[in-house]
Amino acid sequence: MSDSFANNWVYTDTVKEHFMNPKNILLDPDYKEDGKGMVGSMACGDQMMIVIKVENDKIAECKWKTYGCASAIASTSVMSEMALGMTLEEAYNISPKKITDELGGLPQHKFHCSVLGDKALRAAIDDYLERQKRDNPYKAGIAKIICECKGVTDQQIEELVKDGAVRTMEQLQEKTGLGTVCGKCKPKATDLLGEFLHIYGK
Amino acid sequence: MTEKNIYMDNNATTRIDPVVKEAVLKGFDLSGNASSMHGPGRAASAAVNHARIQTAKLLGADPEEIIFTSGGSESNNTVLNLVYTQLFAKSGRKRIITTSIEHPSIIETVESFKEKGVPVTIIGVDSYGKLDMEALRSEAGDDVALISVMMANNEIGTIQDIAQAAEIAASCGALMHTDAVQAAGKIALDVHALKVDFASISGHKLHGPKGIGALYIRKGLNIEPLIRGGHQEQGQRAGTYNTPGIIGLGAAAEIAFAELAAETDYISKLRNRLHRGIETSIPNVHMNGHPDDVLPGTLNVSFPGAEGESILLYLDMEGISVSTGSACATGSLEPSYVLIATGVGPELAHGSIRFSLGKFNTEKEVDFVLEILPPVIKRLREMSTL
Repeated sequence: MSDSFANNWVYTDTVKEHFMNPKNILLDPDYKEDGKGMVGSMACGDQMMIVIKVENDKIAECKWKTYGCASAIASTSVMSEMALGMTLEEAYNISPKKITDELGGLPQHKFHCSVLGDKALRAAIDDYLERQKRDNPYKAGIAKIICECKGVTDQQIEELVKDGAVRTMEQLQEKTGLGTVCGKCKPKATDLLGEFLHIYGK
Repeated sequence: MTEKNIYMDNNATTRIDPVVKEAVLKGFDLSGNASSMHGPGRAASAAVNHARIQTAKLLGADPEEIIFTSGGSESNNTVLNLVYTQLFAKSGRKRIITTSIEHPSIIETVESFKEKGVPVTIIGVDSYGKLDMEALRSEAGDDVALISVMMANNEIGTIQDIAQAAEIAASCGALMHTDAVQAAGKIALDVHALKVDFASISGHKLHGPKGIGALYIRKGLNIEPLIRGGHQEQGQRAGTYNTPGIIGLGAAAEIAFAELAAETDYISKLRNRLHRGIETSIPNVHMNGHPDDVLPGTLNVSFPGAEGESILLYLDMEGISVSTGSACATGSLEPSYVLIATGVGPELAHGSIRFSLGKFNTEKEVDFVLEILPPVIKRLREMSTL
């Protein structure tokens, strides 16, 4: 048997390292965080909680708990390291792609379902700003237009799913008009909807 | 790879028995075409016939009732396609009844029929994975062409009462198929006593080679060929005989038949040791499947708070091979439909691990798993949001 067949692991060595030796796990039950975010659900197979401490608008500590597969654990672990020392704005702009790049890539089918850390971190920053009774200047900055005809952003879709207002493509079209003009965005929007339903529970 | 491997995924596939391997290798030297009249052809033909007798014996069938196929999926597809293309027209019956926990080669095929307008009835199972026999009885009518029920489930190991299901089929005049891929070689199988019309088996689940299986078709059903172009398999499946594979299946069937009682006893003991060990060393575990009517080697356990793929991979690092019903391991977003059908919630399904033991496992291996598994679960639960 040639060597190329030997021990072909499904994930990269970096994923393996973070899976075997995850960094910054929250183990202290009495941890006093400045902000906390939780996304996903156990029923969906992935759930993530991020807690942060903030000093001078920078991430001073980023700890986490994750229920999920190897890539969920590894992506949260690597993100917790990336976030340290970042300004709130930088941390808010960590994308799944940045996390995945840091891990040296993930199998395609793992990308959407298991990289939730960035969303949990944003939720933690939202929570921090809310606790501080401060405005949240970051939210609008990261929105991407999905439906160009109706100007619907991914964030709008996310909020609608999060609030339980939308569960199906039909409901989404009814609420936003997305995909009702040229229809070009429908496949992308369907994928995105599926992803948000997965993240925020069905 | 010379690394240590503790293989507890025998429902996925099995290690080939060395005796079978030897027989297969010899089979490669029987290079004549078993359909040829000359000496090399006759030698191959004799070996194929012998394998057919060995295979028939494992199923309790007559040799002429055995058709060699490429495996369990082909056998299952063949039965459904026979019913769809021939028996519907012949009998005037149009409905197929099956269960919610069948193998995908059954479920996806009947789903494809449904899209073509075939009425399909799916019977559910209880929390142990036992078929709802009363529902089957009440659904069985004179429009039913086929009832297909798996003898033992691949994920949870639950064994069905096939004799009773066949009786219901007979009472409404329907044909009866059982997918015996997981049952053959692990529990007693007698297609004549069970009164089934079709049964599927696969070579690699019983320490035989991959790519070979068999389909039992009861004598007198007068089936037209599905693969045309040759007179092999009594004219029912054309294609040059896969002599080494067929010899391997025959050898594996003979060994499985001879060792059945001793193996059942040995493997059950290992399973019980693993079962007890897990229950005493790990808090909050949930056993899936039937406690008694279960394959001797199958133990399906859910560990709430620990996700299946992560458990699988941590065990894999230690050289332990198992499988999981978690969605993450399949590439879909849905966990095991079998566990979901038994009413286990998605959370438990995501945290499920299937240990499937075989005759090559040892007590020492079970003890090693019991040493590795508890800290893995503990660690995953510590980092879990639970």
